[in-house]
Order: sequence, then structure tokens, then C-alpha cells
Amino acid sequence: MRTRWLVAMSMFFAVSTPAAPDQAQVERGHTVYDKWCFPCHGTGPGKPGTDSLRQRGQNPAVLEERTDLNASMIRFYVRHGVLFMPTFRKTEISDADLDAIAAYLTRNNKK
Amino acid sequence: MTMRVPPGVTPSTFSAALEQFEKAVGRNWVFTSDDDMETYRDSYSPFWHEQADRIPSAAVAPDSVEQVQAVVRIANAYGIPLWTISTGKNLAYGGSSPALSGSVVCDLKRMDRIVEVNDKNHYALVEPGVSYFDLYRYIQEHRLRVWIDPPDPGWGSPVGNSLERGGGRTPMGDHFASVCGLEVVLASGEVMRTGMGALPGAQTWQQYKYGFGPYVDGLFSQSNFGIITKMGVWLMPEPEAYREGRVSVPKHDDLVPFVDTLSYLMNSHIVRGTMLLESPVLGYRQSQGGSVLDLPGGPSIAETEAIGREKNLAYWSMLLHFWGPPRVIDAQWEYTKEKFRAIPGASFQDGRAYGFPVELGETDNVQRVYLGIPNLSVFALIAGGQGHMDFSPIIPMTGEAVFEVLKVFGSAYAEMGVPPKNQFFALPWTFFPRSFVLLFGLPVTHNIEQNRENRKVFQRLVEVAAQHGWGEYRTHVAFMDLVRSVYSWNHHALGRLHETIKDAVDPNGILSPGKSGIWPRQLRRSRA
Amino acid sequence: MRVPPGVTPKDFSDAIEQWQEALGHEWVFTSDEDVDLYRDSYSPFWHEDIEPVPSSAVAPADVEQVVAAVKIANTYKIPLWTISTGKNLGYGGSAPLLGGSVVLDLKRMDRILEVNDKNHYALVEPGVSYFDLYRYIQDQGLKVWIDVPDPGWGSLIGNALDRGGGYTPLRDHFDAHCGMEVVLADGEIVRTGMGALPGSHTWQQYRYGFGPYVDGMFSQGNFGVVTKMGFWLLPEPEGFKSGTVAVRRHDDLVPLVETLNYLMNSNLVQGTTTIGSPLLASGAVRSATGGGAALVATPGGPSVEELEEIGRDQNLPYWNCQMNFYGPPKVVEAEWECAKEKYSKISGATFVEGPTYQLPYDPKDVDKLPKRQFGIPSLTIFGLMGRSEGHMWFSPIIPMTGEAVFEAQRVFGQAYHDMGVPAINQIFVFPSSFFPRSFVILCGFPIYHDVEKNRRSREVFRGLVKAAAEHGWGEYRTHTAFMDTVSDVYSFNNHALRHFHETIKDAVDPNGILSPGRCGVWPKGLRKAHA
Repeated sequence: MRTRWLVAMSMFFAVSTPAAPDQAQVERGHTVYDKWCFPCHGTGPGKPGTDSLRQRGQNPAVLEERTDLNASMIRFYVRHGVLFMPTFRKTEISDADLDAIAAYLTRNNKK
Repeated sequence: MTMRVPPGVTPSTFSAALEQFEKAVGRNWVFTSDDDMETYRDSYSPFWHEQADRIPSAAVAPDSVEQVQAVVRIANAYGIPLWTISTGKNLAYGGSSPALSGSVVCDLKRMDRIVEVNDKNHYALVEPGVSYFDLYRYIQEHRLRVWIDPPDPGWGSPVGNSLERGGGRTPMGDHFASVCGLEVVLASGEVMRTGMGALPGAQTWQQYKYGFGPYVDGLFSQSNFGIITKMGVWLMPEPEAYREGRVSVPKHDDLVPFVDTLSYLMNSHIVRGTMLLESPVLGYRQSQGGSVLDLPGGPSIAETEAIGREKNLAYWSMLLHFWGPPRVIDAQWEYTKEKFRAIPGASFQDGRAYGFPVELGETDNVQRVYLGIPNLSVFALIAGGQGHMDFSPIIPMTGEAVFEVLKVFGSAYAEMGVPPKNQFFALPWTFFPRSFVLLFGLPVTHNIEQNRENRKVFQRLVEVAAQHGWGEYRTHVAFMDLVRSVYSWNHHALGRLHETIKDAVDPNGILSPGKSGIWPRQLRRSRA
Repeated sequence: MRVPPGVTPKDFSDAIEQWQEALGHEWVFTSDEDVDLYRDSYSPFWHEDIEPVPSSAVAPADVEQVVAAVKIANTYKIPLWTISTGKNLGYGGSAPLLGGSVVLDLKRMDRILEVNDKNHYALVEPGVSYFDLYRYIQDQGLKVWIDVPDPGWGSLIGNALDRGGGYTPLRDHFDAHCGMEVVLADGEIVRTGMGALPGSHTWQQYRYGFGPYVDGMFSQGNFGVVTKMGFWLLPEPEGFKSGTVAVRRHDDLVPLVETLNYLMNSNLVQGTTTIGSPLLASGAVRSATGGGAALVATPGGPSVEELEEIGRDQNLPYWNCQMNFYGPPKVVEAEWECAKEKYSKISGATFVEGPTYQLPYDPKDVDKLPKRQFGIPSLTIFGLMGRSEGHMWFSPIIPMTGEAVFEAQRVFGQAYHDMGVPAINQIFVFPSSFFPRSFVILCGFPIYHDVEKNRRSREVFRGLVKAAAEHGWGEYRTHTAFMDTVSDVYSFNNHALRHFHETIKDAVDPNGILSPGRCGVWPKGLRKAHA
């Protein structure tokens, strides 16, 4: 498990050729993000995901404000969890929804 | 990678069953890959990296009651154990993972229909995949004048949480007590409706619980006798206002009249909702490297009281909550103070007050659950950790019982040689009427040795509690057999009754084997 | 000697002998004279052969004797019909459903094991009546209230297991129970909830225990004999107040009930409330309708407009509702003020304020108090029965809405009309919130020692059950004579719930000895005959 995790981590940085997401996909991603990610990773008080990332020195800590995320990273964390973040199943966030989240969270990345 | 198969099932039988599952729910909704199985493990498993970790062989996700029936019939025909989850967010109690490794998870998340919300009679009828967030959003969007009662993590399911007999913070905090009417798929694949739902065209399925004849709903809580596909839940009318007030008392022994007064007020329905007993002075003691618990050789009561006087810290304190029209809750708070004033030195502090509807920004995150607003802020408590599991015994609602608890668990930790500061220990909560519940959060890590140690601690705590007549209200799948084993009155008479019913209603033992320690006949001996 | 069905006289006399050995000769009743005391005093089958009469009765004194009695019955496959105090009049009294059953009479088990006025609960045996517990609490000066159903001679356990209701905030009797001890058909003793933990300290404080919560299956059930049960009690309140709201127009009932829902579900009004109609109950309307029960709308009777006009002429509100407030005077005053404020949105709403009581009351004043609302047991209800020789209750649950009340008036009015029965003979209790979030309508059928009259009453009863079911309303409880009838209408998905009950019955009582037929649940051997 630990090995697979490291392999996957190293892949984040190798594979990153984001196709330009279309606007509809970004909007869908925003909706899915609001439902599934915002309660933990959003802005405002009581967002343990945001707080935890901040404590670990991540700046900005709010996922929506970041420009350094890539799709495979997002997919990995959603499907594998990390620390106290649990895994999310395909019945919760489908692969298509996950692609949309990725499109949303990478919308401001430098092209 | 070879295919995982459920225990006692041959690969060819399993393949045939999977094929049938695919026919029933669609290819996309049967999961077997390792990657997918990762998402059905317990994210907070106390068995990380150990053989004993409970991992399913597959997952199947029906979208309707008909599909659930089909899945159950297939499982029955092929002898496949199905572990049912609603949203699978039961973290700290096992998450989405089965008690029996190799079970097929029956994932009901796709069944997320809100069938009805009524703000005249104040109820909802929902499917298992509906989360507290979903229901809250629906109510907001439709501007309905009702409140839900979310448990601390809002992503769970009203169906799942109520069946686990979870608790929330508002006056409707005893979730199973708010259940009114079930639709159940039995192991045979038959659909049954309970309460008034047994009457075709019933007009009161969500308004009257019992129906006619034996009232069976309780049988489906913490159980493996059927799969719930719809549940009615009573809601609270949106109150006009909310206020809180804090009561503090200076001395150790004040807790006895303090809890007597609390008991009187709660059982008179003057103080409602869920409260936490706090101890500013014991909190201070803990912050100085001591413990909330009474460790042998630790500071005496008199010494602790002296610290309290010196630092101006109350020995006991509690934040009380009131929901209702302003003049009623003001009168309730006044009366509450009057009652507590009988304890010399009692002090009071007015708390926050809101009218409704309230702007979200005005409320802090801890407050939200008291206002019926689901959120995830509870996870902030464990931020930095990799998960936790809860030890949660019920104790009497008396000051004497609290004293005994502090001593008994203090000694237990000392005997085990575990510094209790590693544990998250809270003084009693009032999640359920007329009793206290303690919540100990034991950390879960990805370190085998640490987890082994914590499991040992957990086991010891269960045993010590049982020796003192205290039992858990709920437990992690890893400890279901253990907790069941202490509920042993008259040679496990209740457990044997559960098994008799299990064998009758699920003769092939396909539904959630091992749930609450109830195993089907063929697996019973190997675990006895 | 009467013999239970399917039992040989030899087996039966052997069993009787063993019971006599186990319980003592004087506690096994076999003479006609003694056994007749277990007949239903309000039987709708008086002077008819089909009246179910027991063959004998046995009265154990403690749980060990219950175990012995049940084991003997199980050995000889003798049907036992369990009663607590046997005062379930109107619903079958002490008589079995299956003629020839042996009554298992638990009246001698009348120990009050504990009453706690700090955590507010009691633990009692089945023979303890509301009168017994009330007296005990008074004698000991304990600061708790019990909740009583109308007749106070019944058993806390029996009434709660029948899911009866009372009047105070703890009126839902089954809901107020916490922890059971049950003897199963094989003689095993089970304790439920926290009672399953040896030496438990919270048997009466936390209901659910661990694993499946089984208590409900013993209510209206025949899966075991309950020998102990815990009950939550109300701390003695410091004050009590009642107040009545009245509205003028027919359609005002809709907002009236809506407001009542809000107040009750917000905990501002506690205890049972009843919708009344000063107009429909008045002599003026009675003479306009030629008699007839107040609650049903008889086809061809006066229209709503005509009734409203009588109301205006006579200054009679169409509807009213009395509410009760329990708590410290300051709080109950505030609650009453809020209630008035809410109801004032209905134009023309008027209020009558009842007295505010400062509590505790002086026991000398007991007869001046609203007893039911104060948890004081009495038998006052029997004053209602007039010249009849008993009664039985038809008691459907309907939604707690004004619209549902209107529909019930129409439907039952039509049903009486279609059956050609003047509703005048019936006792009607207006919609009452004996249970949270729904209304119960009670319709009392007189019973006479007249075969023809009773036959007709039974037909009408069945007609009402059917009419109710067609509209989605079902009975919360019923007389033994109609248990099959009522069970039949709870038929969703080919009687799936009853099949489930039967599956459990066969598993926990394979010989079918416990209360055969109770609430439509028959043991395997007798099932076909009653299908």
C-alpha cells in the first residue's frame, strides 16, 4: 500500500498535461465541488480540510484558490483519502464528476 | 491480482453472481477492481497494513428498491454475504467496511431520493443515500419551516445514522426515537412496510409509529435482519429563537445536586437537547500534563479544588440550550437558574441568542449543529490524526456515576501504563434521554504497533466498563463481537434471541454477517 | 372439564397436575365458577356459542413460576393467554381469543421493585395497577407523576404492551417504557436493553442496549411473557395550566390543527389534546339532525352553512381545543401566551383561560383536580357508559390535519348511513392526540346481553374497519373479536408484515403456545383455519 502510494505520488508530477477544460465542465465541477468538497475544504470557519492544509503550511489552503493542483493528484486523494480524509466512492463522486471537479480546481492553472 | 472472493464461495460461483449483479444494476454499478475496493475499506481502520483488515470482495450499488430486491435474491441464490451501507460515513465505527472480510458491499448511496418533506406535520420520508447535507439543502431550497437534527458529521445518512442509533444536538437528538415508518427488503427479497405503512394507501405512515400488532422497527436497528430502503423521520418545527446559558459550580461534590437538577429539568422538558458536562479545573489539570481522569497518586479533590479557587476555575460547568419563542426560553432559563441557585456558589452566564431564520455568518461552527445545520467541523478535533475510533459507554445520569467513572477509567489507564493524554476523553454527554454517554476517541494510525496497542486499550476499557455495569451504546465493527460478549445476562439470552430471529428471517445468513456480533449459523461456531 | 383445542383430556389433566405442583393448588383454576371470572365482561358474544371462553387459569406468583408454567404448557402444547390485570375492557378484557386457552394470570406478580425520583422511573411487575403505583408514590412521598389511561385499575405493563395512551406529557405508554424482562416460550428469561448487561446500572435509563432493539416485538405481540418492565416517570411539575381556543367557522379547523401541530411538535403544548365542537355537540344541532353523533356528517343532514348559522345564532364556536401546560408557573404562562399569539392569526379566535395550579397539590383536594391530566388514577370514565352492558372501541388513527377530520366525518357518516345505523347509539370521542403527531378517533360501541344487537354491532364494526382502510386509516388497537379483521387490512404487499410476524412467531414459539391469535398472529398449526 505504502509503495503504491509513493508510486502514485510520483506520477502526479510526471503526468500533467491538462487539456483546456471547457466552461460547462468547469461549472459542473463547481456544483459537484460545492456538494462534496466545500463542507471540508471551503472557506469560513469549521472547515477541517482547509484548517489541516493551513497547519501544514499550504498557502493558499482553500483548494479553490490554488493553481498548483493537477487532475491526477485530485483523483488520487479523492479515491484514496489522506490522513483523516476518507475515500470517496464512485457512487458518491462518479468518475465523470471527478473529472469535472478536476476541471474546476485546475481552471486557473497557468496554461 | 486474483479476484477476492467471499469466504466459502468458489471463484466460479462468485463470477456467476457478479454477472447476475451486473444484469440487475448495470455493469457500471458493480465494482471489483482493487482501486475501487480501496474506496470501500474503513478509512479509519484500526487494522491498517494488517491481515485482519476488513476488505470487501466487491461492491454493488442498486438505484431502486426493485434493484435491491434483485441484488438480495441473487445473493441468496449464490450464498453471497452482503454488507449494507447507506452513505458509508460511519467513520470511527467502521466506515463502509464489512465485519466479514470478503463480503460484498451493498452500497445504497445512489438511492438518494427525498420522497417527501412535510412542514405541517413535520416529517420527512427519505431513501438511505440521502445525506444530512442533502436534506438540509432541500429544505432550504423549498423554504420549508422545519429543522433536521444532524449528527456532528453532516455527510452521513439520516437512515444510516438512525439505524445505528446515533445522536444529535437538538431536542430531536435521539435519532432512532424520531424514526416513523420503514420500508424493508428482507433476505427473501420481499418488500415490507412497517407501522402504518402496512396499510395500503396509508395516510399516516410518517405520523404514527406503531401500526398494528408487534412493532418491529427496533429489530432493524444495529442489526442485520433486513435492508432499509425508505425511512420516515420526524422533524422539529423551525423554532422562533434559540438561546443558551452556562451554569457553573465551584466544588467537586456539587456535581451530585448539579446532575440531580439537570435530570429534573431535562425530564421535565424544560432543558432539552444535548449537553456536555465540562470541568474547567480538570481541563486545566490536563493542560498541565495531568488528566481529567483520577489517576492513582494524582492530585486529591481538595488540591484540585484549591487550584480552582486560585485560578478562578469552576469544578463543573455546562452550557444549556433552549429553543422556542423568546419569552418561553427566557422563562425557562430564568427557572433553570432558580433551580441551580440551590447549590451554593453556582454562577451563571448568559450565552448567545438568535432569532430565526439566522444568517449563517453569524453563527460559529460548533453552534451549527445546535441550529440543525449540518457541517464537518467536528473533524477539526482530529485534524493531524489519521482517524479515530470511539469507545462510548452509557453511564447513569448521576454525579456519583461520574465520580466512579473518573476513578475506574483512571485506574484502568494507570494499570495499562498508557498515558491517558493520548486519548481524547470527554466528560458525559446527554445524547439520549435519562442517561449519560461518554465518548473516548482512540486515535487510529497507519502504524501497526500503535494500532495494536490501541485495540488492547479499547478491549480493556470495554471489560472494565462491563465489570461496573456500563455497556457501549454502539461500537466499531472491529469490536462488535467483544461488546456483544459483555451483554451476557442469563447466558447471553438476548444474544440467543437475536440469533433465533436471524436464522428465521435470513436462513442463509447473507445480510451483513457479524453486524453487532450477530453471525449466521454457519459462521457462529468458528467465532464462539 | 373444558379442554384446550388439540389437547387430549389426559394431557390436559397431567398438565393441570403439574401446574398445581408448581404454583400451588389454589392458583390453578378449573371450576366453571372460577373460570367464568376470566370471561370478557363486555363480550360482544354474550349468549352465543362462539364466545371464546378459557378452559382454566393459572396464576404464578413470580418469574420462576412463570417459567415453570410456560415450560409445562410447552411440553403439552397447551395455548396460554397471558393477562396482566385483565382489565382491558373494551378490547377483550381477560378472555382469550382462542376458546379453551388457559389464562396465564399475572395479577399476583404485583411487586413495585423500584421507584426512583432522581432519574424518574419505576420498575414494576405485570400485576401492578396504576392505583397501586400511585398509592406507593403517595405513601413514600416521592416527587414523581405517573401517567394513567382512563380506567386506573389496569396494569402499567399490560397497557403499555397494548400501546395504550394517557394524558400527561408521558402519555404514549409504550414510548415511556425502558427495559423489559421477558419469559420466552421455551422458558428462557431474557432482559432487553441494558438489562442484558449483568449488573447493569442503566436498565431503566437507556432503552436500546446493544444490537437489535427487540422491545417493540413484545408489544401487541405473542412472542413472550413480559414479567418486568421499566417506565419513565414525569418529575412532579411545579405548575399546571389549561387553556382553550375556540374558532367560529367550519374551515377554521384547518389552521387550528396546523397551529396545534406546531405547538405540540415544538414542545410548547404537552399532553393529550382533544378537538371539540361546542356547536356539533349542542342541543340545537342535535335537534336539527334528529340526534346523531356529533362527529359524523350524516348524508342529508344540515349543510356546513346551516350549521355555521346555528353557531352564529346560538353563539357556539364550531371547533375548540383544550391544551395543557406542565411546568413552572412562569414557563406555562409564557407558553399559553405564545399559544394565544399563534391562534390569534385565525380571525375570530377566542380564548378561555383555565386556572393555573401551583403544585404539589394537597392530596385532600384530589377530587377537585383534573385527574387524568395529573396522572391520578380513577374509574370516572365508566360514568360515560350509560345503560349499556359494556362497550368496545373502534379506534382508527387519522392524520393530524383539519382536512382529515372533515374527511373522517364524511366517510364515517356515509358508512353509518349505508349500513342503516343511526349513529346516535355510539359514543364518540373527538380526534385526540393520544400519540404524538396523529389523531385517534374513538368510537364506543355499546354491548348488550342481546344476541341480535351484538351481531349487528359486530357487522357495523367490521364495516367501519373496512371503510377506514379504504381511506388509508387503520386501528391502533382492537378488541380480540376483531384482531383478524384489523390484521387483514394491514395487507401491504400481500401481508408482508404479517408474514414477517409469523416467521418470528414460528422461530420463537414453535409450538405456538403463547396467546394464539393475538393481533392476528397465529401459530403455524392454526394459521390456515383463520386465513
